[in-house]
Amino acid sequence: MAVQPPRTLRALLTEIGPVDQVGIEERVAKYTTRSIKKASKVQALKLAVSMVDLTTLEGKDTPGKVASLCLKALHPHDDPTIPSTAAVCVYPRLVKHAKKLLRNSPVKIASVATAFPSGQAPLETRLAEVRAAVEDGADEIDMVISRGAFLAGELALVQDEISAVREACGPATLKVILETSELETYDNIRAASFLAMRVLRPGDFIKTSTGKTSSNATLGNNQVMLDAIRDFYLETGTPIAMKPAGGIRTAKQAIQFLIAVKETLGDAWLNNARYRFGASALLNDLLRQLAKEKTGAYQAPYSFTEASGSY
Amino acid sequence: MPAKRPNNPARELLFGDLWEYDPAPETAPAHIAPQYGLFINGKFTAPKSKKFFDSISPGNEKKVSEIALANGADVDAAFAAASAAFPKWSKTPGAERGKYLFRIARLLQDRAREFAVAESIDGGKPIRESRDFDVPVSAAHFFYHAGWADKLDYAAPGRTLAPLGVVGQIIPWNFPLLMLAWKIAPALACGNTVVLKPAETTSVTAMKFCSILQDAGLPPGVVNIVTGAGDTGTNIVQHPAAAKIAFTGSTAIGKFIQRTLAGSGKKITLELGGKAANIVFEDAPIDQAVEGIVNGIFFNQGHVCCAGSRLLVQEGIADEVLRKLKMRIRHLRVGDPLDKNTDIGAINSRKQLEKIQELVKSGVSEGAEIHQPACRLPKRGFYFAPTLFSNVSLSHRIAREEIFGPVLSILTFRTPEEAVEKANNTPYGLSAGVWTDKGSRILKMSTELKAGVVWANTYNKFDPASPFGGYKESGFGREGGKQGLLDYAQIA
Repeated sequence: MAVQPPRTLRALLTEIGPVDQVGIEERVAKYTTRSIKKASKVQALKLAVSMVDLTTLEGKDTPGKVASLCLKALHPHDDPTIPSTAAVCVYPRLVKHAKKLLRNSPVKIASVATAFPSGQAPLETRLAEVRAAVEDGADEIDMVISRGAFLAGELALVQDEISAVREACGPATLKVILETSELETYDNIRAASFLAMRVLRPGDFIKTSTGKTSSNATLGNNQVMLDAIRDFYLETGTPIAMKPAGGIRTAKQAIQFLIAVKETLGDAWLNNARYRFGASALLNDLLRQLAKEKTGAYQAPYSFTEASGSY
Repeated sequence: MPAKRPNNPARELLFGDLWEYDPAPETAPAHIAPQYGLFINGKFTAPKSKKFFDSISPGNEKKVSEIALANGADVDAAFAAASAAFPKWSKTPGAERGKYLFRIARLLQDRAREFAVAESIDGGKPIRESRDFDVPVSAAHFFYHAGWADKLDYAAPGRTLAPLGVVGQIIPWNFPLLMLAWKIAPALACGNTVVLKPAETTSVTAMKFCSILQDAGLPPGVVNIVTGAGDTGTNIVQHPAAAKIAFTGSTAIGKFIQRTLAGSGKKITLELGGKAANIVFEDAPIDQAVEGIVNGIFFNQGHVCCAGSRLLVQEGIADEVLRKLKMRIRHLRVGDPLDKNTDIGAINSRKQLEKIQELVKSGVSEGAEIHQPACRLPKRGFYFAPTLFSNVSLSHRIAREEIFGPVLSILTFRTPEEAVEKANNTPYGLSAGVWTDKGSRILKMSTELKAGVVWANTYNKFDPASPFGGYKESGFGREGGKQGLLDYAQIA
């Protein structure tokens, strides 16, 4: 794929068009006024479960913790109509432990690589990490872009690094984390989305955040990226997938994100090949709401753990 | 010049029914009485005419209530009550008048949900708008003017303000409660008393509002509400006791009012029709502009005098904007006004629906290209699908006449100068919108556009502190802000 990178951010924005902050926030506020009830709600909750990348990214992660995470991902609840999650997401060192439990299952193994979350390591180190994770059995790689390089105006460098990681992924799906809170403006988020999409393969993802900074996925930055995916698809025919991550803790929030997908990209993106939630606490709230829809009452608080780390 | 963004028309997105939203009807009771009398001197009274007419819900054509038809004697009684109340009310200290206004605002907030449901049943607007816009902004107008009531000495420094007397007010059917608030709040803040007539098809929330006036303990006669059709309005306009007529509605009636009152020395404010230009430059944030265009024309089914009904888009991006607009209107939800997910509700009346249909027909026969999404409209009730017209020229009727419906006419321009000329080429001058990433261009356009309000990178924004009103055949006088307040006072 020979892609000519734009010389400057200004040139890129002129090409792809700017984003108005006030306008986009008004647009997404309308999603929050949608009222999703009954069968429509149950469908959305189950869809959201099937889109979760069940995540644990802590220094204290152990093979045991990863094992319980995998079992939860495979079998989130007693109710057999509730699907398994899309994937588990772990650090590279733990991929092989996840592989033991998830081999021959529909649940994919995603691994954050490329010196997550800062990305501040030499490129060769980052690529080696990606290769190692894929070798251990990772189906999907979540990389971070060099925000420093992006903000310094070195757009070609950012794009080249994404290409290099994509090569290192081999058959694995790539998810490119823009770390929206560090890019700060919606213009930057749109520009970075295009930089990434232009070197991605159909079905690769762009992703909002690492979950390790103060602000993560919001309806606003999700919308900017969905709009970018739509424009890119209509222009090139390449469908790019989307993953908001971090900060989506409740079923209500997840449904609002799904409304944004439905009303921006339509039905073809309402599946876990094209849309994911990077989350840990979200799953239990989805299950809690599903149980409530089924029984008509909220279950006792101890039926579902609150702490994101306790599965 | 931005590079032309390529388009491949073959690729489409699928907005199907994979995940449908279930009906989500708002179920709060609206507490609408089966029959409403006239509100004169603080009491509901039977009309001397002994006549009532039916108010129906445009959403399902069912009868909502019976509304009194006020005749000349009824209007006389209302003015007599208002005149009797004036001496005491006008001498009530501003701080005391403010207390009543604050109380009205708070009572309206307390009953916001009930009023929103009533507004949607009676007028057809989607509950999302009556709940999130009409009712809260109405309350905000009372709060804002409550604040002015004891500060009138500072509204025009060095000069003093005195109330006018009894003001006659006639309001339209598109924002029944909000227009009532726009009219009554500044009038009371300045110490005037009021005779108000709501529109024939939308009297319910005005009559419900009377119970708030009673609960607030407003002295009898300060606000009188008479219902009826055109003749009732004529009686108000011609009434000798009226010190001022404030009218919001069509330009034709506005001209009639001006003719009638010519030479009388009475104050008039008129807020009339519009045919606003929404101007999109090449460098604009397109998706947000599309959203703003949609909000500008489909808000309240296009029953908005400042609706952005003429889209002027720069040639280089015309195809892209049209394509995105067509995509956007495919997932606007048209239907039951009481469903919380409805984006476009019912057209206010059969008469208005027929007018829209007639103008749309003229657009097609004059050669413009029509675009409508495939959407299911309810069988009963008055509905019209969101409609775009491309290839519109300035001479088409749909580019000149106010349609007052969900119909957008799209024209193109090449240079800023051409945009200004086309935008100003209309007898109206109420509002305009400018979409560009360039701040200096916004300022330049806003001074050159002959419109009372110019929105930049947004549309249909209203705030009680911001004056609203028009140029040319869109009327004169302002509502809201200090300017609107001063229109309800004698300044000495």
